[in-house]
Amino acid sequence: MPEDKSIQELGLDEYKFGFHDPEDYFFRTPRKGIDPEIVAMISRHKNEPEWMLEYRLKALQSFLDRPTPQWGGDLSDLDFDEIYYYIRPMENQGRSWDDVPDDIKNTFEKLGIPQAERESLAGVGAQYDSEVVYHSLKEEWNNAGVVFMDMDSGLREHEDLVREYFGTIIPADDNKFSALNSAVWSGGSFVYVPPGVHIDIPLQAYFRINAENMGQFERTLIIADEGSYVHYIEGCTAPTYTTNSLHSAVVELIAKPNARIRYSTIQNWSHNTYNLVTKRAVAEENATVEWVDGNLGSKLTMKYPAVYLTGEGARGEILSVAYAGDGQHQDAGGKVVHAAPNTSSLITSKSISRGTGRSTYRGLLKVHEGAVGSKSRVECDALLLDENARTDTYPYIEIEEKKVNTEHEATVSKVGEDQLFYLMSRGLSEEAAMAMVVNGFIEPIAKELPLEYAIELNRLIQLEMEGSVG
Amino acid sequence: MLKVDNLHVEIEGGEILKGLGLEVGKGEIHAIMGPNGSGKSTLSNVLMGHPRYDVTDGTIEFMGEDVMELEADERARLGMFLAFQYPSEVPGVSVANFLRTAVNSVRENELSVMEMYRLIQEKMKIMQMDPKFAERYLNEGFSGGEKKRNEILQMLMLEPKLAIMDETDSGLDIDALQVVSKGVNELRGPEFSAVIITHYQRILRYIEPDHVHVMLDGRIVTSGGKDLALDLEDKGYDWVRQEFGSAAQS
Repeated sequence: MPEDKSIQELGLDEYKFGFHDPEDYFFRTPRKGIDPEIVAMISRHKNEPEWMLEYRLKALQSFLDRPTPQWGGDLSDLDFDEIYYYIRPMENQGRSWDDVPDDIKNTFEKLGIPQAERESLAGVGAQYDSEVVYHSLKEEWNNAGVVFMDMDSGLREHEDLVREYFGTIIPADDNKFSALNSAVWSGGSFVYVPPGVHIDIPLQAYFRINAENMGQFERTLIIADEGSYVHYIEGCTAPTYTTNSLHSAVVELIAKPNARIRYSTIQNWSHNTYNLVTKRAVAEENATVEWVDGNLGSKLTMKYPAVYLTGEGARGEILSVAYAGDGQHQDAGGKVVHAAPNTSSLITSKSISRGTGRSTYRGLLKVHEGAVGSKSRVECDALLLDENARTDTYPYIEIEEKKVNTEHEATVSKVGEDQLFYLMSRGLSEEAAMAMVVNGFIEPIAKELPLEYAIELNRLIQLEMEGSVG
Repeated sequence: MLKVDNLHVEIEGGEILKGLGLEVGKGEIHAIMGPNGSGKSTLSNVLMGHPRYDVTDGTIEFMGEDVMELEADERARLGMFLAFQYPSEVPGVSVANFLRTAVNSVRENELSVMEMYRLIQEKMKIMQMDPKFAERYLNEGFSGGEKKRNEILQMLMLEPKLAIMDETDSGLDIDALQVVSKGVNELRGPEFSAVIITHYQRILRYIEPDHVHVMLDGRIVTSGGKDLALDLEDKGYDWVRQEFGSAAQS
């Protein structure tokens, strides 16, 4: 490690998506900070039904009442009064990229979104600060009755469905950050897949923070009706600022009987972003929910995607990969609750820590009484790239039923001098040797991703590691 | 090709090599024999540039260039190769992926996907390896014999100018030993030199050395032709200790 550079300089210099556009918004809350007036202003600005305003205000109360959690990462530098809670970049959402202002369009071009849309996606949503600026769904899926729109449009156009499910998987007062999101949410995706419809290529949402001191609070609800299938992918980046940004999303998934939802995330926020996200799914009878969760960016991430197995034969899988470079803390993991017989789950977590980076696995496996015949396996592996890097494991297990089969395995390994010497003796530079060990380590997860995302994951890790050795 | 002079090497404060000298000409095969603890593995690691060892005195030149300050990857790119006694496991990285990366690291021009595929197939055939082997993760769960074959496969792929073989014969049955030897003989020619480091003379029946050196207590105490290896087989290392032990101590 080069000792003569500051941690921040090292960490931030490596981030390749840290550019920003000029702040040219259509509407922004008149001040930083959060209070009932700001919340009401957001709701009025969106022309929401009265019940949503009430929901928001109640959530605000619970946000204000709850203390900042102390059990996870260090949140002492996060100042809720120094954040803008709503910025609307443009007046109306684009139906084609030509409707999107050049600055914003160019940003998404640089991130490769329109190209991915043409080549390999069923639909795309692109959120810029607080609002979704572009949304599309290929006609084929539209005709099949698939709904894929931003959450605000979902509330307008499918109010009954939203009212029935919104906040039922993650109640507003579940935790401080779900409460915050419930108070000021904006954007995100609303997805409904009709019974029996298999969307064979992914839907993708891309989240971009542009403004400084911005808080982004997207809200996503995905309902996969009986026997349907959907793969939803989200990506995220932000500019590098010296002040903090906050990203606090709430994602609720409902897999009806025999449905399957796969939700993949490649989170690559800039290193000044707090990423505090609540994600939870319910899997009904014989349904499957899979979270594939890649955390590469951010200053601190606290995120533990959960699956509640409420129907007999339901299955939950969580694959988590985290990379904590200098100054980063990835506090990630997963939660599975077995609440019905013959349910099964698999949690696989792979973390990599380098420099002063810290990765934490925090997981909960709970089996309720009566969930007979349930099976679960938890495997968490940590890789340390140098002496200062740190990893911790907090695997909570609560089993109330005797007739179950659970396994837990945890390993910590270090990239050894002998391993590097071996690879270098074949002509690989130290950096290439390190990258090879890391890519090998995450291979079990990368192979679960569609090829282009696996390549992207490897590429991002390589970018993060550039200049990290020497 | 390789010129080592007065090499002194320490690890954790203890001196292992105590003024070792060795000269290997172009196209020559040298065998270095010695009992356990004589410093053979230290020598092979130091020649390749392992960072754990402190070279306190002496020089290593390869093709007229001082390589003492070069990292292992730079030495590899000059044409040096070490066949490891205990190669490391790299989970998740397939043999094929590793070979591609390694070959393209030492070459000036990258091979096309098709050229690379053919090259791997061809060399694996020489080593009598199942094509499925290329998809296995590097050294993970390999038997001792598979590891050694894999080392020689890498050598055939990289086509070094100088190969150092650190006890490649140890733990091999006679069939594996023949395959490994075949791999080395494959490269034998006016442009290829090798240093075969071994405890036993068995491998030298299959790879005939031009020169044999005997190593004891961090030094080469005697050198000769291939007959020296046979003498050693007859008389054993105790003979070497009696004959040269006092010289090594002095």
